[in-house]
Amino acid sequence: MTSAAACSATDPWLAHSVTIDRVIPETPGVATYDFVFTDDNVGGRYSFLPGQFNMLYLPGVGEVAISISGNPADRSKLPHTIRVAGNVTQELARLGEGGSLGLRGPFGASWPLADCAGMDVVLVAGGIGLAPLRPAIYDLLANRDRYGRLTLLYGSRTPAGLLYTDEYEQWRARGLDIQTTVDRTTDHWKGNVGVVTTLLERLTLPRPENTALMTCGPEVMMWYTIQSARECGFRDDNLYVSLERNMNCAVGLCGHCQFGPEFICKDGPVFRYDRVTSILKVDDL
Amino acid sequence: MQDGTEIRRTEFLATDDLQTLLDELQSQGYRTVGPTIDQGAIIYDEIESVDDLPRGWTDRQEAGKYRLEERDDDAFFGYVVGPHSWKRFLFPAAVTVATAERTDQGWQMRTPDHDAPRYAFLGVRACELAAMRVQDRVFLEGAFVDPIYQQRRDRAFIVAVNCTQAAATCFCTSMNTGPRCNSGFDLALTEISGGFIIESGSDDGDDILERLPTQPAEDALLDQAESARQQAVDQITKKMDTDGIRDLLMQNLDHPRWDDVATRCLSCTNCTMVCPTCFCSSVSEVSDLTGDHVERQRQWDSCFNIDFSYMNGGVVRNGIRSRYRQWLTHKLATWHDQFDTSGCVGCGRCITWCPVEIDLTEEVAAIRQSTTDKAPERTDEDDAP
Ligand SMILES: Cc1cc2nc3c(=O)[nH]c(=O)nc-3n(C[C@H](O)[C@H](O)[C@H](O)COP(=O)(O)OP(=O)(O)OC[C@H]3O[C@@H](n4cnc5c(N)ncnc54)[C@H](O)[C@@H]3O)c2cc1C
Ligand code: SF4
Ligand code: SF4
Repeated sequence: MTSAAACSATDPWLAHSVTIDRVIPETPGVATYDFVFTDDNVGGRYSFLPGQFNMLYLPGVGEVAISISGNPADRSKLPHTIRVAGNVTQELARLGEGGSLGLRGPFGASWPLADCAGMDVVLVAGGIGLAPLRPAIYDLLANRDRYGRLTLLYGSRTPAGLLYTDEYEQWRARGLDIQTTVDRTTDHWKGNVGVVTTLLERLTLPRPENTALMTCGPEVMMWYTIQSARECGFRDDNLYVSLERNMNCAVGLCGHCQFGPEFICKDGPVFRYDRVTSILKVDDL
Repeated sequence: MQDGTEIRRTEFLATDDLQTLLDELQSQGYRTVGPTIDQGAIIYDEIESVDDLPRGWTDRQEAGKYRLEERDDDAFFGYVVGPHSWKRFLFPAAVTVATAERTDQGWQMRTPDHDAPRYAFLGVRACELAAMRVQDRVFLEGAFVDPIYQQRRDRAFIVAVNCTQAAATCFCTSMNTGPRCNSGFDLALTEISGGFIIESGSDDGDDILERLPTQPAEDALLDQAESARQQAVDQITKKMDTDGIRDLLMQNLDHPRWDDVATRCLSCTNCTMVCPTCFCSSVSEVSDLTGDHVERQRQWDSCFNIDFSYMNGGVVRNGIRSRYRQWLTHKLATWHDQFDTSGCVGCGRCITWCPVEIDLTEEVAAIRQSTTDKAPERTDEDDAP
């Protein structure tokens, strides 16, 4: 896993001024916010890797960690897909297009895409967990010939909760097999019903020992996904999870995001499974 | 400030000349900070003269107890460590890390130009020098540097003091951090009758030492200093077996002892506040009345606070069991993974200031005991070829 240097090398607390360029409603309570830097120079220097996150800062309200959900190769956009959860995310939704805020980042470890060259890759997402995986999808498809089979297994509570549905056709055309499932069905849904792990168990895997799996979603979902993958013959060192904890400074200095020996903000959020195996199921760690 | 100190010069400074050290530091622009008595405890605060020092006083400490007593001599440094540590000057308990200003072009964020005072710390003990090195690793030696700590640390002048007595709560010898001050200081004092043996450990230290009315440190005086220091070593009774401690704790995350300590611990945060290495903090928003000017204020936080692990509308460590376990395993186990050092320097503050007398060395010993009870010790025969 690699991480890019944050845009402010000097003071980790310096946030850059950004404006909300566009708000794209996605699913109930979730929208994608595209930001532009007020200072072109800062924008010109900024780059990120799939799986990294930014701290979005609303002065007087607070600061939240949000994954970057855009295309790392497209420097003109910096989208973040955000669910309204509480204070900050609510206020962000209220700001709307043209709103001003601060941004620090990018932070954290990225999905190990370069290490997966020549392999098959399975992405497993739950709900808003697809947001930090979308940059990986863009990157995999941009370099389609480097990889074997590419599969996205995506579960949501309801059909209305599935993110980025209008992109699926294009992604499929470019060589990504997409399978979705929902927990609760509605009248128009003709797809799978059930947990995302059943999709994984049903998948034909020609060479599981040479297949990488990257998962992001609720922690229990990731846990069961990992267990299924291991039963399907994946190797522990080919499994990757993206973890979440309370985040305050995002640079390993505030102590909040500790998870056993790890700082989620700088050692993660993306971890190779065998690095965190022994602590993943410890209660209340 | 120099690291990897070697003692360069050794002199004798008479008791009546201690003030010249403060004068010299002050005339070089340092704000002198040292031990002084406040509300029944020896704390660290700015001092003007040697009259502010706790001369003739000592502290008596045990689990959950601290009290000052008069000494039968006039020693300046005849106490051990109190509730304060130097981290309050290097890593302030409350500090503005950034500001935001609403302008016509939207919010403008800045980080303040920190202009910290140049502090001269008088009376830094060996375990406290070790604690600074621990916090150096946290704030200076990772991927990101804390600019506030960095500036304060770079500017500080350190006058260490070798302990000549120990408290019942001290266990620096177990943690290999003391009681002798070997490195990390500009000057180091050992108090003996009639004065101090003074050693310099840096260019800045040499420079100050040069200007003091010192006398040659004759062998008899050096012997006195040596036996004064030995007295501290001899008085240390508390021990912590650190052998394999990382794995011991991490392999016992489900140990019943965590439930046991959870029935005693009040989650009051005292231990984390007094600990010289604890570094957790939280930033909060402080707006003026218009809401157009916001300061981001960083304050010390504690893993014992319930909302410390707030996430997704819930709390990860939602019980004292998991919060105490986080504190102890971080200090003694995962700190090694993160910073390649123990997070504990054996100063004993958390033992003294715990209102319910929880002693981390006993918690560790209980866990170790139960595991060695289960697994019989290796015998010599195991080593036979
Ligand atoms: C690495 C990482 C990536 C994330 N990526 C996304 C994403 O792409 N999209 C998305 O919608 N959400 C994401 N989250 C979750 C998001 O950070 C929280 O939903 C958000 O902090 C909630 O803030 P709030 O003020 O709206 O809610 P409240 O419940 O009112 O939270 C109050 C405050 O708690 C603090 N807090 C710190 N860490 C967390 C946390 N992990 N969860 C909740 N509160 C926290 C924040 O300061 C927050 O303002 C991510 C979290 C992490 C750690
Ligand atoms: S854990 Fe306790 S004994 Fe160890 S350094 Fe902190 S306060 Fe001192
Ligand atoms: S161990 Fe003692 S000092 Fe620490 S939080 Fe618990 S009761 Fe307070």
